[in-house]
Amino acid sequence: MSQVLTATGLMGLDSGLSLWASLDQTVPADLTAANDSESPGQRRAAWMAAAQGGDRRAYEKLLGDSVALIRAAARRQGVAPDHLDDVVQETLITVHRVRHTYDPARSYDAWLTAIANRRAIDALRSRGRRDSRELQDDFALDRHPDADDASAATESEQRARRLHEAIAELPPGQREAVEQLGLKERSLDEAAELTGRNTGALKVNLHRALKTLRERFHGEP
Amino acid sequence: MMSDPRSVEALIDRLGTGLVPVRRLLPAWLRTAGWLLLVAAFAVVLLMHYGAQPMLRRWAATPDLAWAGIGAVITAVSAAWAAFALGVPGRNAAWAWLPLPGALLWIGASGLGCLRTWIAPGTAIAGAHQSADCLLFIIGFSIPLSALLVVLLRRACPLRPVLTAVLIGLASAAASASLLEICHAFDSAATDLLTHALAVAAVVALNAAMGGRLLSKA
Repeated sequence: MSQVLTATGLMGLDSGLSLWASLDQTVPADLTAANDSESPGQRRAAWMAAAQGGDRRAYEKLLGDSVALIRAAARRQGVAPDHLDDVVQETLITVHRVRHTYDPARSYDAWLTAIANRRAIDALRSRGRRDSRELQDDFALDRHPDADDASAATESEQRARRLHEAIAELPPGQREAVEQLGLKERSLDEAAELTGRNTGALKVNLHRALKTLRERFHGEP
Repeated sequence: MMSDPRSVEALIDRLGTGLVPVRRLLPAWLRTAGWLLLVAAFAVVLLMHYGAQPMLRRWAATPDLAWAGIGAVITAVSAAWAAFALGVPGRNAAWAWLPLPGALLWIGASGLGCLRTWIAPGTAIAGAHQSADCLLFIIGFSIPLSALLVVLLRRACPLRPVLTAVLIGLASAAASASLLEICHAFDSAATDLLTHALAVAAVVALNAAMGGRLLSKA
């Protein structure tokens, strides 16, 4: 019994609340309608009511008219100009899906703006998430050892090339000593046997070669 | 990612092609009434089983319990109503405050139960076992009541899914607590009140966690 009593009591409360809500939303529209027969807001409300009944022409006019409102709402929420069209598309898709929730007795603009605001916030959030992920990836790339390896490999490659060039420019005796003892890692005896020179000469040539190379690389600025 | 007005035009064209007439959402109060039918059906079954006499006798002896029951009913109705209202885009978020007066009455009057020993020393006080039954009762009835609200609201467009889910939880927990009044064999004491608060909090939290996800998919 108390349920019935409170339900009717609240029905009065609801009409009071909805009156308050509709006053809030429709007063500006009524004011503009005083001069003109129909304000843009009222025109859109009528189009939406027709679209709910299946009027395609009214629907396409309405959606075309809504784009500017959606862009304005998204801009107010802080969506970057580049991403406004994404929000427009997402909002239009939502409008299409929930068009049955629009009540023709109420403001279409308020209904649309609420959806556009929500989609704008969704876009900002997903962009924020993506940006933070990308920031972390950049950070990881900076810290990843591969980055050092790659540049180090190029550097050591260049150094080796310059060393080979320098060795190639050495006098024949010195070059022979470096190749046999340094690069091919042969012992003095082996090298002596292969080149037909005595070990003393090989040692002298190696020392001279190293001196020349040292001067060449350390002398360079 | 740059502006492409043609893609927006193409989208509008595609949406226009897919346009079919839709059935408008019923007013929030009518959808609330629909949900209350299920609550009323539960109430009728419980009344047929237990009869109204024990409840009325208890209310006559301890009017604060009657006020708590009325508060729970008001909370259930107003929370469901607010949830349905918020399911329509563009509605004022202030609707979420609608259940507050009922909830204050419900909590305030139940809180008086803590002073039970002073107001009516003779009334029976719940033991721990009975309190556990209360917990199961409230949670058990809240599940179908919440489920129906979620189903009804998925047809709408709750742009604030978590707030709406909290209202769903409050509505179903309050409705379950109202139903509990019919077959409550004892009066609220501190332990009993705590159990009710725990059950309501659990139902609201579950809805906020699950309902929010269920509703935002809609």
